Amino acid sequence: MGRRGPLGRSGRGVAVLLAGALAMAGTACTSQRTGRTGGAGPDGRVRIGLVTKTDSNPFFVALREAAKARAAQDGAELVALAGKFDGDNDGQVAALENLVQQGVNAILVTPSNSTGILGAIRHARDRGILVVALDTETQPKDAVDATFATDNVEAGRAQGRYVRAALAGREPRLLMLDGTPGGTVDEQRHRGFLDGVGLAEEDPRVLAKEPTNGDQNKAQQAMENLLQRAGDVNAVYTLNEPAARGAHAALQARGLAAQAVIGSIDGGCQGVRDVKEGKYAVTVMQFPKKMAEEGVRAAVEFARTGRKPSGFVNTGSTVVTDRPVPGVDSEDTAWGLRNCWG
Amino acid sequence: MGPAELLGVTTMSLTAPRRAALSEFVLRTPAVGPAVALVFAVVLFSLTTDTFLDVDNLSLVVQQSLVVGTLALGQTLVILTGGIDLANAAACVLATLLMAKLAVGGTASPVTLLAGVAVAVAVGLTTGGVVTAFRLPPFIVTLGVLTILTAASRIYAGGQSYPVTDGLLGWLGTRQYLFGQIEVTFGMGVALALYLVLWYSLTRTAWGRHVYAVGNDPEAARLSGIHVRRTLLSVYVVAGLVYGVAAWQALGRVPNADPNAFQTGNLDSITAVVLGGTSLFGGRGSVLGTLVGALIVAVLRSGLTQAGIDNLYQDVATGVLVIVAVAVDRLSRRRQR
Repeated sequence: MGRRGPLGRSGRGVAVLLAGALAMAGTACTSQRTGRTGGAGPDGRVRIGLVTKTDSNPFFVALREAAKARAAQDGAELVALAGKFDGDNDGQVAALENLVQQGVNAILVTPSNSTGILGAIRHARDRGILVVALDTETQPKDAVDATFATDNVEAGRAQGRYVRAALAGREPRLLMLDGTPGGTVDEQRHRGFLDGVGLAEEDPRVLAKEPTNGDQNKAQQAMENLLQRAGDVNAVYTLNEPAARGAHAALQARGLAAQAVIGSIDGGCQGVRDVKEGKYAVTVMQFPKKMAEEGVRAAVEFARTGRKPSGFVNTGSTVVTDRPVPGVDSEDTAWGLRNCWG
Repeated sequence: MGPAELLGVTTMSLTAPRRAALSEFVLRTPAVGPAVALVFAVVLFSLTTDTFLDVDNLSLVVQQSLVVGTLALGQTLVILTGGIDLANAAACVLATLLMAKLAVGGTASPVTLLAGVAVAVAVGLTTGGVVTAFRLPPFIVTLGVLTILTAASRIYAGGQSYPVTDGLLGWLGTRQYLFGQIEVTFGMGVALALYLVLWYSLTRTAWGRHVYAVGNDPEAARLSGIHVRRTLLSVYVVAGLVYGVAAWQALGRVPNADPNAFQTGNLDSITAVVLGGTSLFGGRGSVLGTLVGALIVAVLRSGLTQAGIDNLYQDVATGVLVIVAVAVDRLSRRRQR
């Protein structure tokens, strides 16, 4: 092993590092910085921060794009931040803190952890920033100024009522594909579904419950394993559409697709197409674009007039199916494709 | 192999000719490049945004880097031996859950704190034991440990997160004001102390020289009379202790123990280590570099947000910097050969 080489190479290393940082920062500053100057802005521009759970989930992408479009329309500037993964509370806290420091007028947040985020929200509100929760509530709910979200208990209940009616008198043999243990939304949909389908949490007709993290692969695997011990399933609850696709794939592989009613929630365009193709019977559509647009509208109004929104604003949910059942209001997939997101 | 190699590269060689002093210093102190980059980033964001350069914000940036910075400190030790630890954040999360759940159950807070740190140390002892006893690659062992710990945390938490109200567990988040102006937390003090202790241990004690020697060339280390296995085991145990402190830091920062937290903490800590100039090939690097690396990540996040730049572009920037840092390491390695 030699001791050391010629002079100056390490100097070059530093230079390379600096050049990289410079190039990166330079590009960043020219491409994205759109005319902001500190404080509330002498240019009168309203500044809004959006913090979603992740950057990757199509739901949050749709929400982000709708918020950006609405902000541009209203002449506001919107910075979109996100956690690295569903559950990244630390990342969301840092994002909120950095937005507060930047001096935004309002922050729209979809909390990954309904309690872990509270300190950062308090910090923002103490500085006179409007904080609105989108999609997911905080616990307690009044930790934010207002919440614009789907009533997830109601959406779950609609799915449950549909599945019960579609069984047309058969006794339910139910499998439940849940999301992430402890998630607020997951828990609300789960509870709503059981209420709608008319079963108690511990009812023996609920054959099994499995977490899937809302992931198609995990859902398929969970379903395959569950079918191994409960082949007579006739009803499947899914937390979201990827989980429903996974459930369908597992059922179809065993030739059981016809015997089970699969229900889902979300209303992504892929999900509506799946319903149209009969992969699952129903999906309950929610409206992320509406959440984003209402959120931005409220933020702009607050910045201009000081008026704050308050309470829980239900952005609604709609049952989408091509096989309507008595007693459940629904729209068909043609309507669904016109109104879906992502 | 001369004594300088065995010393590791964080200390300046005593025999370097004067004309080579600067080059030698930069090469032998891998933290210099990252430190220059950090200063550069701070200056850049101070000039291009109105809100970055602000006492409160700089304090905030430090607070934001405490947990990953502490995880990265343990990670540095493991990487210096030529290993890697994929399970560090998982050990930290399990420790936070243990602390929080015991506290909810009414256990006295010093006991909960010690129990949390102890479980992290036990994880380190197990990992190190498996790595040394069966001579298995740390990458694979810690991948297994990561999987086990993630499941263990979810089982133990029972699908819930646990808010922490206990004074001692949240103590590191307590804010104080230096000169009535500068916001500091006890967490900063603890992190700084931990960094200094490990910097001293690595550069000024026989143990530290052994760690570098094992990372450089385990065979040569063995031939020169170093207990390679014992050194490796000690590194994993000390790293475990550091992850236990990271758990305490995490509860200080956000008083909520959540089994879903810090899923990317292992990679984030490796990012900080690499940005800090420590070589993934082992035997070369410094903990002070890691401190700088952790700060660089937080400065980028904060500065780019102040500049109104979206999240995805911030990730691109961090990724570019990581590759640049590895390239610099590679270049300077080649030059050493």
